Amino acid sequence: MTGMVALYIFMLAAFTGYEVISRVPVILHTPLMSGSNFVHGIVLVGAMVALGNAVTTLEKTIGVIGVLLAAGNAVGGYVVTERMLEMFKSSGQRGAKKGTH
Amino acid sequence: MPAWLSAGLAIQASYFVTAVLFIMGLKRMSSPVTARSGILWAGAGMAVATLITFLYPGMSNYGLILPAMLVGGVFAWWSGKRVAMTNMPQMIALYNGMGGGAAAAIAAVELYRGGAQGYVSASLAVLGGIIGAVSFAGSAIAFGKLQGLITRSIRFTGQQILNLLILAAAFGLGAMVAAHLNAGPAVVTGFFVLALVLGVTMTLPIGGADMPVVISLYNALTGLAVGLEGFVLDNAAMIIAGTVVGSAGTLLTQLMAKAMNRSLGNVLFSGFGDTGGEATGTVSGSLKPIEASDVGVMMAFASKVIVVPGYGMAVAQAQHKIWELCQLLIDRGVNVRFAIHPVAGRMPGHMNVLLAEAGVPYDLISDLDEINAEFETADVALIIGANDVVNPVARTDKSSPIYGMPILNADKAKNVIVIKRGKGAGFSGIENALFYLDNTRMLYGDAQKAGAELIAAVKAVD
Repeated sequence: MTGMVALYIFMLAAFTGYEVISRVPVILHTPLMSGSNFVHGIVLVGAMVALGNAVTTLEKTIGVIGVLLAAGNAVGGYVVTERMLEMFKSSGQRGAKKGTH
Repeated sequence: MPAWLSAGLAIQASYFVTAVLFIMGLKRMSSPVTARSGILWAGAGMAVATLITFLYPGMSNYGLILPAMLVGGVFAWWSGKRVAMTNMPQMIALYNGMGGGAAAAIAAVELYRGGAQGYVSASLAVLGGIIGAVSFAGSAIAFGKLQGLITRSIRFTGQQILNLLILAAAFGLGAMVAAHLNAGPAVVTGFFVLALVLGVTMTLPIGGADMPVVISLYNALTGLAVGLEGFVLDNAAMIIAGTVVGSAGTLLTQLMAKAMNRSLGNVLFSGFGDTGGEATGTVSGSLKPIEASDVGVMMAFASKVIVVPGYGMAVAQAQHKIWELCQLLIDRGVNVRFAIHPVAGRMPGHMNVLLAEAGVPYDLISDLDEINAEFETADVALIIGANDVVNPVARTDKSSPIYGMPILNADKAKNVIVIKRGKGAGFSGIENALFYLDNTRMLYGDAQKAGAELIAAVKAVD
């Protein structure tokens, strides 16, 4: 990837992030923050590569810490976001569940 | 494997799919109807990227990678499954800090190894490293504050100057590393130590009430750090996902700060947030108590009731009782709505999560802009554990610290019922003029107990 292409990717991704979020209702701010927190858990693949290429004991130690933290970010972010979003239901769904209305 | 399908191509194609799934997942998460599927899409993207990365050419140390993933993943799974919904903001801070720490760790490995070749790559590694380390240390402090492990906000004069000096020193060492000027491992170590210290000293003076904005900011910063390390590793999935989160998180931070009537600079560089104590302003009138049985009758025969919940309701775990009460009213034909202020709960949207947990359908919940015009036609506004967000002095008293903050116009309702544990000012220590209005009655008691009494009272009607 050349520098300029990387810069274009950066620019387009920045606009994408802004556009995707700009019309989100306040009721979803907390889950969405948690969801975006999960998305940067992609740092896990970078941590894996960094540890995979580590040579000295120091590099390996830091690499292990990196993978451990990144896995925590990805898994934890997913679990709490899923738990929060699972609870969002409309009145229709409530009625169907209770078998009334 | 056919000749045209190399491991490299498979990896690139998978990362492309991941990026698409992430963006579509985030898009779906911005509407309550599709939000649930959004996280599943993003999760699928993460699984694809993680699995394909095992095929990365030239990798070793699998004996370290797998156990580290397992330990981090299992800890996060276990803690994420059992955390109470009221503690969600600090958990998000914790997981976010871990991501920032991981980005800093990548930078550290690459800088120690000399893997970041060239000035541009090394500079980006340094920049991502400092941002990631600040986010890591700062998020840890934010977690400690919201969890109640750190109760004091340490402030002294010249604090901002000290922070600035630490930042300058960190950048100085970072520049030496990036420019390969006698940058031995000691310089790299010094750089990261300073970055971690900066994260701590920047976050310590910020009060608990401002923490949501800070957590959101660190979320954006972690995204940016991940994107920068993506450049260093030439990893498109990291660049795209990190940058998307960086910009989305920045927007989210601005929205939150605006909802709290605070500018970001104000949050970071001043120390409001947890002042408390002194009640300001002069409010005339008296507090007029009321019995639960009277409130029950009032609500049972109302045509429209608007409930205004605050964090006090969540602390008392009263949301289930309140929803039970509302269901009784709905079955009687009362139009019941929930009005949520952007800062109800510990961060914007937190109260919606707590209500959703109790089973309240999201279409009964309205935010400030939607509901404010409706208070005038409401028979009863039921305030539970909310205080500053319904204080009319925000509209009138220029000397008040909350002047200018958008509030819920609960005072416009025909009757205002306030459920409150006792007399006393709110989180910010400001006396609430709403409580003294002629159409306001105080129902003293714990929110959970008051909820049970109201249920009994409504059932007793007929």
